[in-house]
Amino acid sequence: MITCLGDLFFPEVGVAMVTLLRRLGVTVEFPQGQTCCGMPLFNSGYHHDAAVVAARTVGLFSGAEHVVVPSGSCAWMVKSEYPGLLKDDPALKAAAEALAKKTYELSQFLVDVLGVTDVESSFRGKVAYHDSCHLLRGLGESRAPRTLLRGVKGCELVELPGSDECCGFGGSFSVRLPEVSTAVLDKKLASAEGTGADCLVACDAGCLMQMGGGLTRRGSRVRAVHLAQILAPSEHA
Amino acid sequence: MSDESLRTPFPQRAHAALEDAHLQEALGIATTRFIGLRKESFAGFPEGEALRDRARAIKEGTLQQLDRHLERLADNIERLGGHVHWAATGEEARDIVLRLCRDKGVRMAVKSKSMATEEIELNDALEAAGVKPVETDLGEYIIQLAHEKPSHIIAPAIHKTKGQVADLFSKELGGSFEADPEVLTAVARKELRQKFLDADMGITGANFAVAETGTIVLVTNEGNGRMVTSLPRIHVAVMGMEKVIPTMTDLMVFLAILARSATGQKLSSYTTLVRGPRQPGETEGPEELHLILMDNGRTRQIAGTLREALYCLRCGACLNVCPVYRQIGGHAYGYTYPGPIGILLTAMLKGAASVKDLAHASSLCGACKDVCPVRIDIPRMLVDLREQLEREKIAPWPERMTFRLARRIMTSPALFRLGASLCRVAQRPFVRNGRVRGLPLFFGKWTRTRDLPPIASRTFSERWPELDNSKDLQRP
Repeated sequence: MITCLGDLFFPEVGVAMVTLLRRLGVTVEFPQGQTCCGMPLFNSGYHHDAAVVAARTVGLFSGAEHVVVPSGSCAWMVKSEYPGLLKDDPALKAAAEALAKKTYELSQFLVDVLGVTDVESSFRGKVAYHDSCHLLRGLGESRAPRTLLRGVKGCELVELPGSDECCGFGGSFSVRLPEVSTAVLDKKLASAEGTGADCLVACDAGCLMQMGGGLTRRGSRVRAVHLAQILAPSEHA
Repeated sequence: MSDESLRTPFPQRAHAALEDAHLQEALGIATTRFIGLRKESFAGFPEGEALRDRARAIKEGTLQQLDRHLERLADNIERLGGHVHWAATGEEARDIVLRLCRDKGVRMAVKSKSMATEEIELNDALEAAGVKPVETDLGEYIIQLAHEKPSHIIAPAIHKTKGQVADLFSKELGGSFEADPEVLTAVARKELRQKFLDADMGITGANFAVAETGTIVLVTNEGNGRMVTSLPRIHVAVMGMEKVIPTMTDLMVFLAILARSATGQKLSSYTTLVRGPRQPGETEGPEELHLILMDNGRTRQIAGTLREALYCLRCGACLNVCPVYRQIGGHAYGYTYPGPIGILLTAMLKGAASVKDLAHASSLCGACKDVCPVRIDIPRMLVDLREQLEREKIAPWPERMTFRLARRIMTSPALFRLGASLCRVAQRPFVRNGRVRGLPLFFGKWTRTRDLPPIASRTFSERWPELDNSKDLQRP
């Protein structure tokens, strides 16, 4: 599942994910017609509209064995909110529950389903990992991405102070209250720059848009990259 | 906060807070300290997680039979010689206090820290009625001198640096005091000592009230609560109805997690248990005890979307970790209760329409839910509040139109592709060095402070056919 921000702004992340999964022996399919998981609608209170989007997405993925998303917040949306949004239609609700059960954020899929901790890749540089809110607190995952990063040859993982604090994105929050959003971001970026890392790694397109946008604006030497780009660096650079 | 300041739209109030260097300094230090203390405290307390679950269950169970617990509490307080007053609204609660002041000839009242009395703006009402209210909690004392309102649930003067407090004391109390917390505390202590002795009435809130024993419980750190409840001849406690708990055993559960969540202490310095007024043969305590049980919008939420907000212990932990609160402080919210829980409590007290902007003052990061001692799902309720604003058409119509359009695009791959193509053309004049900058209108809200990646020349969907056809090339 490649959701809107990944599709439009970060296609290279999707390509890296496909490359990586294939290297690990996974057959990858991409159901055409995907758009957005509906989270922006849901978070702003447009639950009826979000349900329409959810119903459509559930149908697209009915044939898959596993569904892998390179974005923690979209995975959370599917897993935590789809069944509730579609609760009024028993058939849809059952389909949503089935989808919720087989949907994984990329790092969780690699570690928990494939049982892989070393993807046999190499990356020269120092990286700091940012815990995306929905992956960390929504899906309870902080270890899988770090485990995978530690397995990358040449990659030095440094701990980011306040790694569990929000980057200030929050979807429409970032444009409803741009100044507050940026103030939160600035704190995160100062912390990242303080680690001396070359890359600030995250597992969420939203965080990457926010942090990447802040880093290039301030002319930082730190780059915001997706975990998949470190794990499958051939497509990146 | 006055209605005057609420006339400034929330984004502007937030802007002013971001520009306030003193506020930024004070907030940054204090919230970081609180976060660290809380984390450390729970790290060394393995049973804490189970106690949090237990506390949540007690709150839920109590709400299910709130009327029964409140009646039992009232019966027990009256049996001990106290008086119980029922107030449906904040106004009624205020009037009860004013009537007591009038009937008993009260000229001065000392107060310990209480959000319930802030909620009903009791100090203003007392002053208007010719009764002098004196705040005796150090933080409250500071903001009363400064003619301000609390900006944090447990640390009312969190927005002030010690330098500002020294300047304030020097100006208001006459003298020249250095910016040393110990010196300033000694100054306040000296000022307040005589007030305790002179006051006719002591006014408090209540952290808990135990139904089975009729015990009013105050959790404080300065000992002022104890003086307020024992020195004046009348003690009045103003309490939200949801603060009742069934038993003393339940109290132990809450005490074990409250101070840890608030300040990282195992227990606060003082836990004051008040059981009735002075009994025959006793030498201390007030002659009269009055408990005001206030509804003010609470009970209608027992069956409402904000039900869980009635679990709140007022520890302030969610404020300390909230990225928004940490940037803008409490005053920018504009109401008595700031921070994530404050948005919910404001909606409870004043209706959903009053938080139509504040409901969006959260990135939904979930840090609040994580630290809440009773695990209130604040992000979920914020989303539900937003849903209510949309359903009741309180959300502005351009926003509603935009999201309707977004839904159309999200459910039509053709429109989605068309939109992407149009944006790709439209973004051209704004792309510099592979980054989108300086977008006009609404989009400027992003690009004023951040770059935007351009929409890819070929999106993932557009690249897929060739990825799909070149599986072999993708293999190493």
